[in-house]
Amino acid sequence: MEFLIASGVGILTAAGIYLIMRGQSYPVIIGLAFLTYAVNVFLFAMGRLTVNQPPIIDKAAIGYTDPLPQALVLTAIVISFGMTALIVVLAMRGFLESGTDGVESESLVAANVAAGEAEGGERAGS
Amino acid sequence: MSIALVALIPLVGALLAPLTIRSGRNVCAMTTGASTLAALLLLLSHAPAVYRGEVVRTEIAWLPQLGLNFSFFIDAWGLFFATLILGIGLLIIVYARYYLARQDPMGRFFAYLLIFQSAMVGVALSDNILLMLVFWEMTSLSSFLLIGYWRHLPEGRQGARMALVVTGGGGLFLIAGMLMLGHMAGSYELTEILQRGDIIKAHPLYVPMLLLVLVGAFTKSAQFPFHFWLPHAMAAPTPVSAYLHSATMVKAGVFLLARFWPVLAGTDIWFLIVTPVGLATMVIAAWIAIFKDDLKGLLAFSTVSHLGMMTMLLGFGTPLGAVIAVFHILNHATFKAALFMSAGIVDHEAGTRDARRLGGLIHLMPISSTLALIAAGSMAGLPLLNGFLSKEMMLDAAATTNFAGMPYLIGALATLAAIFSMAYSARLAFHVYLGKKRDDYPHKPHDPPVGMWGPVALLVSLVIAIGILPALLAGPIVARTAMAVIGSEDLPYYTLSLWHGFTPALFMSIAAILFGLFIISRYEAVLRLRLAVPRPEAKAIFDAVIAAFVSASRSGIAALHSESLQRYAGIIIAAIVIVGAVSFHAMDHAAGTRATLPPSIAAITAWIVLVGASVAVVMFHMDRILTLILTSIVGLVVSLAFLQFSAPDLALTQVSVEVVTTILLLLALNLLPKEGLPEISFPRRLWSAAVAIAGGLGVAGLVYAVMTRDFSSISGFHLAESKPGGGGTNVVNVILVDFRGFDTFGEIIVLGIAALSIFAMLDSALRGASARRLDAMRQGLESGDAHPMLLVVATRALLPIALTVGIYIFLRGHNQPGGGFIAGLIVSIALIMQYMASGYAWAAARSRLDAQTMIGGGVLIAALTGLGSLVFGSPFLTSNYTYLTWPIVGTFEVATAIAFDVGVFLAVVGTVLLALFQISRIEYRAERAPIPEGPIDVLTRRDAERGAGAARVGEPVRNKEV
Repeated sequence: MEFLIASGVGILTAAGIYLIMRGQSYPVIIGLAFLTYAVNVFLFAMGRLTVNQPPIIDKAAIGYTDPLPQALVLTAIVISFGMTALIVVLAMRGFLESGTDGVESESLVAANVAAGEAEGGERAGS
Repeated sequence: MSIALVALIPLVGALLAPLTIRSGRNVCAMTTGASTLAALLLLLSHAPAVYRGEVVRTEIAWLPQLGLNFSFFIDAWGLFFATLILGIGLLIIVYARYYLARQDPMGRFFAYLLIFQSAMVGVALSDNILLMLVFWEMTSLSSFLLIGYWRHLPEGRQGARMALVVTGGGGLFLIAGMLMLGHMAGSYELTEILQRGDIIKAHPLYVPMLLLVLVGAFTKSAQFPFHFWLPHAMAAPTPVSAYLHSATMVKAGVFLLARFWPVLAGTDIWFLIVTPVGLATMVIAAWIAIFKDDLKGLLAFSTVSHLGMMTMLLGFGTPLGAVIAVFHILNHATFKAALFMSAGIVDHEAGTRDARRLGGLIHLMPISSTLALIAAGSMAGLPLLNGFLSKEMMLDAAATTNFAGMPYLIGALATLAAIFSMAYSARLAFHVYLGKKRDDYPHKPHDPPVGMWGPVALLVSLVIAIGILPALLAGPIVARTAMAVIGSEDLPYYTLSLWHGFTPALFMSIAAILFGLFIISRYEAVLRLRLAVPRPEAKAIFDAVIAAFVSASRSGIAALHSESLQRYAGIIIAAIVIVGAVSFHAMDHAAGTRATLPPSIAAITAWIVLVGASVAVVMFHMDRILTLILTSIVGLVVSLAFLQFSAPDLALTQVSVEVVTTILLLLALNLLPKEGLPEISFPRRLWSAAVAIAGGLGVAGLVYAVMTRDFSSISGFHLAESKPGGGGTNVVNVILVDFRGFDTFGEIIVLGIAALSIFAMLDSALRGASARRLDAMRQGLESGDAHPMLLVVATRALLPIALTVGIYIFLRGHNQPGGGFIAGLIVSIALIMQYMASGYAWAAARSRLDAQTMIGGGVLIAALTGLGSLVFGSPFLTSNYTYLTWPIVGTFEVATAIAFDVGVFLAVVGTVLLALFQISRIEYRAERAPIPEGPIDVLTRRDAERGAGAARVGEPVRNKEV
């Protein structure tokens, strides 16, 4: 189980990093969402993995898992929603304002456009 | 405490001034004057004690760990300087009331003036030198505001900027110097430091500290070579120039030199730096002043010259020099403030301050001209006026001071300065007030109202009174103040009197008067001589230096700031990976010993789904709808993992957030391009992949290493105290609303801020370029059936059920999985479903919820719950609970934490709704006209026909690229 979680977190991280290094806003947002998953599971795993021992006080319980990482992750999930909403709106407004969803400055985009045209009319912006 | 109030009363007055201006200019000026007068009277109430030789002190601890205390003290020197500030301030306020034009915002002016006044009094009375630095910087900032008060004048703005750069920059040096001084003295309290002069002068850091402090003092007092900012600051309104640039702020540097005189002065290096700087300033500034056509320019350079004289006197390092400096500060303040105000009167009445266009004013405005002439006589150093006395004493001291083996050098140069001083004073007298009557003034001048010349008259009467009876009127003040400056009770021998006998100083004075008059009688010839001498233009040099700094910063920024997120992200992540790899190699890495759990078939299946979805997202991220679906699959697998590993709360939260996020992204995709652009460069993708794989491997290794090792946790406390202390069995929820309630409180505030930022970003999107693009998008943004009947009916039927579930989840949250966060998300989803099914217009028209109110109300409820515990004497956010018995329902427990959770719930609902409503609102604008007003079922038959017709026309066209 530990290996599955560890490798899962690694894959989520790798996918997230790859996506935030893309040139347009949407993959960057998705990349951040992947990194959020990875970080949340990472934090959660710091409490180690326990099966069938939820931190709900009960006379019949045989034991409890560590509740503190769970509390931290719970608020992290909600906060990351707020963050995602914010950057989504930022991307939207940027797109509406400039007509492009590239994540580089306009001068760089313009340079890329010029380079793209020189390479035979390929679409620019990445 | 009452000492601190002397500095704080004007600050309170500064708040009142912009308010009282609504009641008229007189009320505003009176309020301002009253606060200054109150501070002055409070200050003077300490005068008897100070003149008995006591030091009055008060201290309120602020940051004692850093040596920073809110401590003030009054000795004779502080009293003298603070009285000067407040007394002249009072006259300036009266004068400004009449000087400012009707269109000048007077409330703002007096607010700035009082802030400045408070800062200056703070400098004068601070005992703690760190506190003094705070006030010192405040003087720089408030003088910036005052100089630039006429915002519409470019020279005002430039002058303000230059003054801020020079004095504020000097302030930075002073901060460094003062920190060193405090370190050397072992205390930041001035009263202590002043006792330790010998330790400080013998300290190896004495020289660097001295240099830093001197830069601070010289820049503030416009000493050579920093003298250039003062004339440019003359673009300020005249009351400002009179107050800041004659009486108070520029004297702050001299005040500082005198304040620290017992600690810093008396060494060779002090003498070798301070004396020549003062002397050079005195001579050069006086020479420049002769040729200034602008009256305020002339007075400004004259001020610089006199400040140079005070600096030189302090630089002598002898007690006698300090006595003369104190006496001259007093005299200069009286005649120079009078002259500045007179210049303002001339400007006000004649419409110009240019000496070439003035002359013969004594015929037109006899009262103010006579007053100005007397003050000018004092500035020139004519007998029977106070300026004469201190100048004679200065010449006497200069004549007997030996500089670097040249006994006559200082005396000769001081006489030269006195000649120039006579010359510019004579020019002011002859070229402006005396001479033939002229008729070509822009305005017809006549004497202004008494409010304007009254303050001048008061000062001029002091000029004459001290000039005739110095020992009687100024003697005690000078003696007590000089004792405070030199830090000892035994003063050197001196006499304040009109007649000292036939001393060298008398002949030097006579020579100065004669040569000065000669220069003015041959003004044209001297002017030609001056034009022949090269004159560096300070402003051009200053501008060039600033421009060089700006271009250097620009090129530095351009080199570092590539404006490419891809590059930044790549570099940051690569750096993290490298740091991690280096530390990994520096450690030993044995395998962990903690027992692992056996994998189950279900877990492996979920893992395969996760890996597949992740890889697919990376490969097909150009197809954005597909990417979104794959991302939600990943989110579901994550919530399954939470469920598997004993975290039901997390699983619930993750699933609800997943739903909300998916809706959010779908809404966003509606307006964003649905397809990404293909990548051009293969090397760039390769580089990203390399960084990503390295990062992923590192994180995976880290997680695995941690999970295979044992640990100890602080959670034992939470588990044990959850029921008895927090009154709930769901430990996660109790942690959120009770043990770590402060964290949660901060978090809902963050959520609220995020939501309000979203509102701010989108609310303005309906104007300008965004709005034009939205309009363009209207073409082809419409599905064939915008509000399917099935969805409408289903969501409406579900609404009460979903709300009930939300309430149930909320109420049970303290004991079972649930709580404010999860309930908030569920209720939000229930509400959003209405928007999705029935359209924005329909839902918004029926919604009585205001998302902003919910966010604000939620944070407020949470805060009040927290504060409620303060009422019962417990710390912020302490929870309490009790058991209630209701018929039928039975016994259940009520915890105050539930009120806090209500706050959380409201903030979450408000945030989600505000974010999604705002995006929907934007899209509503982008929807194609005619806008469907609602679902089919609420339309009348006629409307339905029209609506259906419109729907048929709207073919589903996907928006490709806009």
